[in-house]
Amino acid sequence: MIVNFWVTLGIKMALVLGVMLVGALVSIFGELKISAHMQSRIGPYFAGGRWGWAQPLADGLKFIQKEEIIPDTVDVRVFKLAPYVVLMGTMAIYVVIPFGPDMVAGNLDLGVFYVLAISSISTVGVLMAGWSSGNKYSLMGGLRAAAQLIAYELPLVLAVVGVVILAGTLSLNGIVEAQAQWQWFGVTPEWLNVIPPYLILQAVGFAIFLTASLAELSRTPFDMPIAESELVMGYLTEYSGLRFTMFFLGEYAGMVALAAIASTLFLGGYWLPFVSDDLLNFIGPVVLITKIALLVFLFIWMRWTFPRLREDQLQQLAWRILIPVALANIVVTAVLKVVF
Amino acid sequence: MGDWLSEVANWWFAAVALAMGYAAYRVVTSANVVHAVLALVATLGGSAVLFLLLGAEFVVWTVVLVYIGAVIVLFLFGIMITRAPLGYEAELDHPPKTKALAAIVAGAMFLLIGWTLVDAFGTEEVTASVTTVGDIGLQLFGRFVLPFEVVSLVLLAALIGGIVLARQDPVDIEDQR
Repeated sequence: MIVNFWVTLGIKMALVLGVMLVGALVSIFGELKISAHMQSRIGPYFAGGRWGWAQPLADGLKFIQKEEIIPDTVDVRVFKLAPYVVLMGTMAIYVVIPFGPDMVAGNLDLGVFYVLAISSISTVGVLMAGWSSGNKYSLMGGLRAAAQLIAYELPLVLAVVGVVILAGTLSLNGIVEAQAQWQWFGVTPEWLNVIPPYLILQAVGFAIFLTASLAELSRTPFDMPIAESELVMGYLTEYSGLRFTMFFLGEYAGMVALAAIASTLFLGGYWLPFVSDDLLNFIGPVVLITKIALLVFLFIWMRWTFPRLREDQLQQLAWRILIPVALANIVVTAVLKVVF
Repeated sequence: MGDWLSEVANWWFAAVALAMGYAAYRVVTSANVVHAVLALVATLGGSAVLFLLLGAEFVVWTVVLVYIGAVIVLFLFGIMITRAPLGYEAELDHPPKTKALAAIVAGAMFLLIGWTLVDAFGTEEVTASVTTVGDIGLQLFGRFVLPFEVVSLVLLAALIGGIVLARQDPVDIEDQR
């Protein structure tokens, strides 16, 4: 049986890696095409023959071929380790994303808590990258990233608490099931839950979660850590070749991961009415991926719509608006849960 | 000893403990503050793995979220915002006499804690366990609700202290106008 365990573990790890890489590549392609359409240009067109679908692959191959330049002044060991730490924090989220009742690499009792804990490891990696580069732009970028990630981790966690109160569990599978069995005033038929109940009850939480996700991902309008006009490329300035690719993939993989978590928490995850659990294992992934694609499109749309905030505006938004509103949301949710 | 070796979990424990020991040694001996903090990350990660071996999942992710995700990040942030030169820092080194003293104190602490634990539990197995989040919540807000609330007061005091230290005096603001 022990061999069986290691074989299963190996297959699961390969699947997690595969889903992450494909998700990242597809969302990179999505960003290329959508940004092009939003700016009235064509975007990638030739690679792969049609729509330029092979452009992310071509870019990836190009990065792998490139020489990796490691400047003289960097702290070599930390510099080399940093991208792995960042990618590890992102990849570990994929372990608990439920694509179906049984289509999950590990259904943890602590699901959401695990996601929030493990994703904070990436912050350490970003700081490592910023410091070890031995470059003041990198250091500034790393510091900005850390300040931003700490500030927005709080609203992210607090926004999730409302959902956890309603569902009564931290397990991601449990939260999806709780949404499937939600009853409005105890009489409503189950099929009505196609409109995700938590999207309505936790609309405030959902808005806070999406805003905080954008900041956690350092995407416009919260991309100060890598603001080109001020910091060259922030903590990525000295990276090249394969290690830069790892950061790049990590960014998009993180976007897909947070979109998946948001879909699971607020949009009902893989669930569909009138479908048995066995069938849901096959249809569930399609449902979840559709929701992820919608949210990823939203993230990309925001990037090409909003200008960048200032650093103090960023901090004010987190501490003066998002956190108090999230706390109020928790109080209201808890009171309503007790009353009804 | 034979019994000890036949358990796979013990091998995992030995590997993690050795790695943690080395990382902890690097925390105090490394000649660069940031390297020391990163070694501390490895040590804390090791302690998380030890809790995982014990089946205390909630503690594992609390260690990761609170210590690695918050405390260490604040350490790194504080160091980098003040001064964090790359490479060897001479002033972090100490004369041999101080090092010997430190080694003695550390060794004594280890022996004291180790002896206390062995004396208290011996070969007795701790079977009663609270591992799921629900159980922990019930315990915290049931039997241990008073200590829990007292701890929250400590946090509140720390928060107020932080705000008092960080805010500008109203007089200073008047001067700036």
